[in-house]
Amino acid sequence: MTGDTAPILALDTVSKVFGRGDSAVYAARSVSFALRPGRTLALVGESGSGKTTAARLIMREYQPDAGQLLFRGQPIGSSPVSSLRAYRAAVQMVFQDPFASLNPAHTVRYHLERPLRLHRRDLTRQQRLTAIDELLARVKLDPALVAPKFPHELSGGQRQRISIARALAVSPEVIVADEPTSMLDVSVRLGILNLLNEMKRELGLALLYITHDVATARYVAEDIMVMYAGQIVEWGAMESVLGNPQHPYTRLLLSVVPDPDRRFDEIGDELGRVDQIRRQSAIAQPEIREIAPNHFLRPMPE
Amino acid sequence: MTTPVLSVRNLSIDYIGAEQDFHAVRNVSFDIAPGEFFGLAGESGCGKSTIAFAVSRLHRPPALIRRGSQILVDGRDVLALDDEALRSFRWREVAMVFQSAMNSLNPVLTIEAQFHDVLRTHAGLSRAQSRARAAELLELVDISPDRLSAYPHQCSGGMRQRIVIAICLALHPKLLIMDEPTTALDVVVQREILQRIDRLRKDLGFSVLFITHDLSLMVQVSDRIGVMLEGELIEVNEARTIYRTPQHPYTQRLWASMPRLHGEQISGTAP
Repeated sequence: MTGDTAPILALDTVSKVFGRGDSAVYAARSVSFALRPGRTLALVGESGSGKTTAARLIMREYQPDAGQLLFRGQPIGSSPVSSLRAYRAAVQMVFQDPFASLNPAHTVRYHLERPLRLHRRDLTRQQRLTAIDELLARVKLDPALVAPKFPHELSGGQRQRISIARALAVSPEVIVADEPTSMLDVSVRLGILNLLNEMKRELGLALLYITHDVATARYVAEDIMVMYAGQIVEWGAMESVLGNPQHPYTRLLLSVVPDPDRRFDEIGDELGRVDQIRRQSAIAQPEIREIAPNHFLRPMPE
Repeated sequence: MTTPVLSVRNLSIDYIGAEQDFHAVRNVSFDIAPGEFFGLAGESGCGKSTIAFAVSRLHRPPALIRRGSQILVDGRDVLALDDEALRSFRWREVAMVFQSAMNSLNPVLTIEAQFHDVLRTHAGLSRAQSRARAAELLELVDISPDRLSAYPHQCSGGMRQRIVIAICLALHPKLLIMDEPTTALDVVVQREILQRIDRLRKDLGFSVLFITHDLSLMVQVSDRIGVMLEGELIEVNEARTIYRTPQHPYTQRLWASMPRLHGEQISGTAP
């Protein structure tokens, strides 16, 4: 993908296969993309398209079966533990479920102090407490009020803010957010999206925003990738892809986004070709076509 | 004017607490006409599901439906039904699809057995009769009758959800209540299911009470919409009108917090 600044993290034709022989499933097939400081890349697709596999590859929970990860331009091999620690300090994740991703037996302060203890060992206890207050203020929570609380005393939106603060604690350069707002109410969702935008702007973070909600993707990201069956079928600048979608699967995905301007009685049945589009889009397609500057497509085999 | 299928008048429901009561629903009134698709929108905790449960008479203490509340289904007072009447009322008059409906099938029974359960109890059908009827119902929701011998875990989430909807339609209910029926599902599957329901209600003529927090989806599919805030129904109108010209400041703020897919992006001030 084109861009002005050098990427912090990149995937270079990464594949991940589960199972073997006839039952092999490509959860990622020759996936390439780059994350750049101060920019958000959205990864969209339906359940099972391989979005979370991409996140796990970045978090190095999975080893690629082919291809490689590049961190600040250097390939990451199966490196020793010390460099994994450095990697974790640079790449952090925010999970989908704000109810499951915090330990119910520990306070907010504990959750934020742990990454600081692990990754910023030079800090004294007093400095850590100050850092915790700053983190909470950054995610727009009152430190005095929230720090001593347990997760069950907080709302879903507040918990997701804690998750974001925890990710920010190690001063990362990359944040992977996997459906961070899908379990939140409409009115709370916007606050979290605004927070992501603000972090990107003020801290120069590179964000990977994973979602099935294309409308929120448009709100936070400059670039978008559409994934199906482990393949990125279309990608490029957000407005170009949304304004001029070329891949049948991208069009399908856009047509099912709930849109108050398109009522059911006006649009008729658009899903007639769903099975065919799904079948064809799942076929490996090595050919890449450039449609416009920063807008690419893997044409669907006819 | 025809009799509404559902008529809710001055409905108030409290959850009784040790120290104080929580007023979950406050003095709510609305009607649903025959064949109408009515959406009830609002945030978590605003009382949407509490209303849905009241219509099916599913509340148990500490929930308390206050005196003066009235729920009429096809002119019949639901709150006055005794246990026997309630048994024939549920499924036959009002059927409900729960939020986690795809997990509400019995994991150790085949799909056929779960259809038979409803059809034997309520319509006295034999196994052979209920099998034939179940096959018909599955076809309504685009599932091959071969699936009758399958167990729930052999079906995808979207398929299980459609099976539950088919079971709900088994006795031709007048009103189908759907509480966040597609929230746990993928966007593509969500569209498939809602389009199917929309067509079925036009063909079969039942009404729908649809509950969701996804306002865009609600405007797309509903005829009329009610917006709830902290237990009160603050605005009811035609779906298009409530979208284009919302009257209540809360409805306006809700719209302003929904990111747009096309055109000008929202300004981004939270409600």
